[in-house]
Amino acid sequence: MKFTEEHEWLREEDGEMVVGITTHAAEQLGDVVFVELPDEGTTVSKDDEVVVIESVKAASDILAPVDGEITEVNSALTDNPSMVNDDPQGEAWFFKMKISDASQMDDFMDEAGYQKFIG
Amino acid sequence: MSDLHRTPLYDLHVELGAKVVPFAGYEMPVQYPLGVMKEHQHTRSAAGLFDVSHMGQVILSGESWDHVARSFEALIPQDVLGLEQDRQRYGFFTNETGGIEDDLMFARRGDHLLVVVNAACKEADIARMRAAVEPEIQVTEITDRALIALQGPKAGAVIAGMDARADEMAFMDVADLTLDGIEVWASRSGYTGEDGFEISVLADEAELLARKLLAHEDVKAIGLGARDSLRLEAGLCLYGNDIDADTNPIEGALNWAIQKVRRAGGDRAGGFPGAAAIQAAFAVGIKRKRVGLRPEGRAPMRDGVEIFDAEVGGSRVGVVTSGSFGPTVGGPVAMGYVATDHAATGTSLWGEVRGKRMRLSVANLPFVTANFKR
Repeated sequence: MKFTEEHEWLREEDGEMVVGITTHAAEQLGDVVFVELPDEGTTVSKDDEVVVIESVKAASDILAPVDGEITEVNSALTDNPSMVNDDPQGEAWFFKMKISDASQMDDFMDEAGYQKFIG
Repeated sequence: MSDLHRTPLYDLHVELGAKVVPFAGYEMPVQYPLGVMKEHQHTRSAAGLFDVSHMGQVILSGESWDHVARSFEALIPQDVLGLEQDRQRYGFFTNETGGIEDDLMFARRGDHLLVVVNAACKEADIARMRAAVEPEIQVTEITDRALIALQGPKAGAVIAGMDARADEMAFMDVADLTLDGIEVWASRSGYTGEDGFEISVLADEAELLARKLLAHEDVKAIGLGARDSLRLEAGLCLYGNDIDADTNPIEGALNWAIQKVRRAGGDRAGGFPGAAAIQAAFAVGIKRKRVGLRPEGRAPMRDGVEIFDAEVGGSRVGVVTSGSFGPTVGGPVAMGYVATDHAATGTSLWGEVRGKRMRLSVANLPFVTANFKR
């Protein structure tokens, strides 16, 4: 699993990247009450706003970590947004993407690096 | 951060693991480890303890109650003179155009008035009161007391367990109580729509009192995050969002808070800032009105969301002034201003969120039935 400075994680699965937010990010957001997911098949560029998360207090965006195509979204989150708090690094993945340029992942952190990053 | 004030309960908040944020010039707990949602639900099902020491507590005193009450009536459109001993009332300072400068609670305690105002407005409020009533009436800011609210269906039993006289208090009664040896000024009121108390206590005894309350199994510390979602579900205004210097009380749907004796035809009609504008709003009506709003989807509509009368095109007919997820309602809830001809309950409108218009309907306030002790 790789981690970004935007507090996302990426996990490779069957040649695609599964993307979610970290436990740390979920704790910071607080109770998630709404998740808006992108359309499957959307082509995105790194740093595009692809997901909207609303907690009780505020709205936040999740950015595309890399260029690519959204191949699948976790529509269970739409009906059950609190999954993001319950299991952020497992069941509550947001989307899967086919990435265009693997070199964009070179700067991402491993688990130890991320733990150090959040201090 | 150095310019921020701390309340007498600051160390306790930190010890309890609160996330502390700047709010109205104070470092205040926005949430505890329990989290906003569970804090909200705990307050609705048991009892929540809130530190509201940032609010201003001010005493107006003079040679007689009559004199104090009449002087205060020059500043607010409420019936002060008619307030009974040991009773509290909601009110607001108005300006010359009939707008609301701040909202407040005032209580008749003996021959004086205790006024509680919002933290962000308290300096201006005190200056306004001094300018209007001194030197005949003394305006004393109380700086040596904290203010704690205990709110929720279990609050009554918790307080009555410490001083049985609390059982005699109905909604908006005030009394001096002794809670486990600590003398307090209590009112049976709050900002959540639940039964509960607001308790003024000497600053150096505040932490001890808070610890005694928190020792009760039904009581948990609750932050400003849940305070906001609780008051929103209860349909209560947040000054600066839902009412401000440009909204008059009629637009703000606060007609009920202006007693008949101060309205046109009443024995003490007018005589407060903006009286002509407010009487005109009563007489000829208003163009916009504060209403409850219920988004139909799951997406919260927060303050600033613009409201339209059609899904495509149409006209802008209003704006959201407070909006969030309502944990007790189980969905998004909001308040805002809409044009009077769109203000009827059930009217279908659209709120524009992130460029998309989503359906919402005008709803009755409060969203959650009030649970006061009558």
